[in-house]
Amino acid sequence: MSHQQVESLDVDRIRAAYPILEREFSGSQLVYLDNAATTHTPDPVVDAMSDYYRQYNSNVHRGIHHLSQEASIAYEEAHDRVADFIGADGREEVIFTKNTTESENLLAYAWGLAELGPGDEVVLTEMEHHASLVTWQQIAHRTGADVKYIAIDDDGRLDMDHAHECITDDTAIVSVVHVSNTLGTVNPVAELADIAHDHDAYIFVDGAQAVPTRPVDVQAIDADFYAFSGHKMAGPTGIGVLYGKRHLLEAMQPYLYGGGMIEKVTFEDSTWAELPWKFEPGTPPIAEAVGLEAAVDYLEEIGMERVQAHEERLAEYAYEQLAAEDDVDIYGPEPGPDRGGLVSFNLESVHAHDLASIMNDHAVAIRAGDHCTQPLHDKLGVAASARASFYVYNTREEVDKLVDAIDSARQLFA
Amino acid sequence: MGLGSDMYRQQILDHYKSPRNYGELEDPTFTHIGENPMCGDEIRMDVRLDGQEIEQVAFSGDGCAISQAAASMLTTELPGTTVDELLEMDRDDIVDMLGVEISPMRIKCAVLAEKVAQDGAKMYRGDLDKEKTTTEDD
Ligand SMILES: Cc1ncc(COP(=O)(O)O)c(C=O)c1O
Repeated sequence: MSHQQVESLDVDRIRAAYPILEREFSGSQLVYLDNAATTHTPDPVVDAMSDYYRQYNSNVHRGIHHLSQEASIAYEEAHDRVADFIGADGREEVIFTKNTTESENLLAYAWGLAELGPGDEVVLTEMEHHASLVTWQQIAHRTGADVKYIAIDDDGRLDMDHAHECITDDTAIVSVVHVSNTLGTVNPVAELADIAHDHDAYIFVDGAQAVPTRPVDVQAIDADFYAFSGHKMAGPTGIGVLYGKRHLLEAMQPYLYGGGMIEKVTFEDSTWAELPWKFEPGTPPIAEAVGLEAAVDYLEEIGMERVQAHEERLAEYAYEQLAAEDDVDIYGPEPGPDRGGLVSFNLESVHAHDLASIMNDHAVAIRAGDHCTQPLHDKLGVAASARASFYVYNTREEVDKLVDAIDSARQLFA
Repeated sequence: MGLGSDMYRQQILDHYKSPRNYGELEDPTFTHIGENPMCGDEIRMDVRLDGQEIEQVAFSGDGCAISQAAASMLTTELPGTTVDELLEMDRDDIVDMLGVEISPMRIKCAVLAEKVAQDGAKMYRGDLDKEKTTTEDD
């Protein structure tokens, strides 16, 4: 479905649920365009968490009392809700973690350390976030496995011929970002999953920028593992998800040990609780799980197709405005079905950090830096870039303010 | 809306656009390099001494306006001072020199050149062994 056909959002109504967007700095209203870093949290999500603390705060899976029962049920049901949202086959396949990074580490430690060895290959892409790049790199160092990177082409898309070359019968796992947080590229993850599976390799997909912004169905992708964070999808910080196919998670040993993840313990040995609790030791992020569930409800009420269309429209508009300027370099593919809702760029005469500081004086919040993709920036030949990223509450007028702020930076440095 | 950042007053922009003492000295007493990984700023400082007094300073590098302007200003400030005085400088001195408020997120950019010069001086005195200064160290 092209986004032209999708009904647009009632942004005024949406914005009313985000008091933070009313903030002013030196008389200018906040223009928040740093959503790829973290999104804001709407009232229904804050309310759900506050309701938990006010009404049924308790530890889970321990108490016989009313509050513990209520908290336990809410915590467990949050897994069901998330499973349903991403097309997983039940709560057993949904592990709550701290964030995408921890999900990635859970997989790398629990599966990677046990399974990888010399001669095995881990295939990444040049656009991986440090969350997966650094993690696999270090696990490879420890296990003697090799790391390979699928190259990107000049437009910031994966070179699929190179993908076919990189993924071989020695490949143990392919780790690929679904939507690049720097280039905005939407990668063909289902195709990559097919290639991986043809070689009996697994595929892990970093969905930190995908789940917040588009419908995602892990079974349609045929991902073996998939990760994302609550705080980038209108949910709270402190909670993330690792999805894994049930039989794979069952075969994996725990990564962290302690209470809550065991079945039976003696002085000599222990056995593990069933999925997903086997991977959730200690007191979990209960309020955050309640908040994540509320965020899923919130996003589904808007409709993920509409969220995606809204973002794509704004990104396309921003791209066009910026592309019209001779002194702006934009990274990543042109607007289209394989570009998500963010635009990274550089203004030739102004360092990205200076640009972000000047924008900040206009109350325009953007990100500047390497966006946790240093090797990719090396490849692009720049130390840093500026990035504007959009969410459900952003407007075309805000894109105009971005462009105006760029213009004042240009004048200041002229 | 303001006319742009307080951080980007004329003096800073001037030093950024027309850096003073940019380049390398022919006969430096010591030379040191450093970087600010967060911004990708890179600075090389060349210092020539006459006894304990700093005679001439040059810098080269690449990076944001704050880091490059601070380096440029430092090359004009340091001559005539002593190595001890250089080593006693702290971030307040740099902020005073720049003459503007530096936001907390950008302070590392501002102090890079100073730290590079200081580490160079310490290495010259044999008090430090470090290939490259980075602002992530503190
Ligand atoms: C593509 C991608 N992967 C991973 C992460 C890490 O997410 P978190 O910081 O929530 O662990 C991010 C966000 O910064 C991201 O954009």
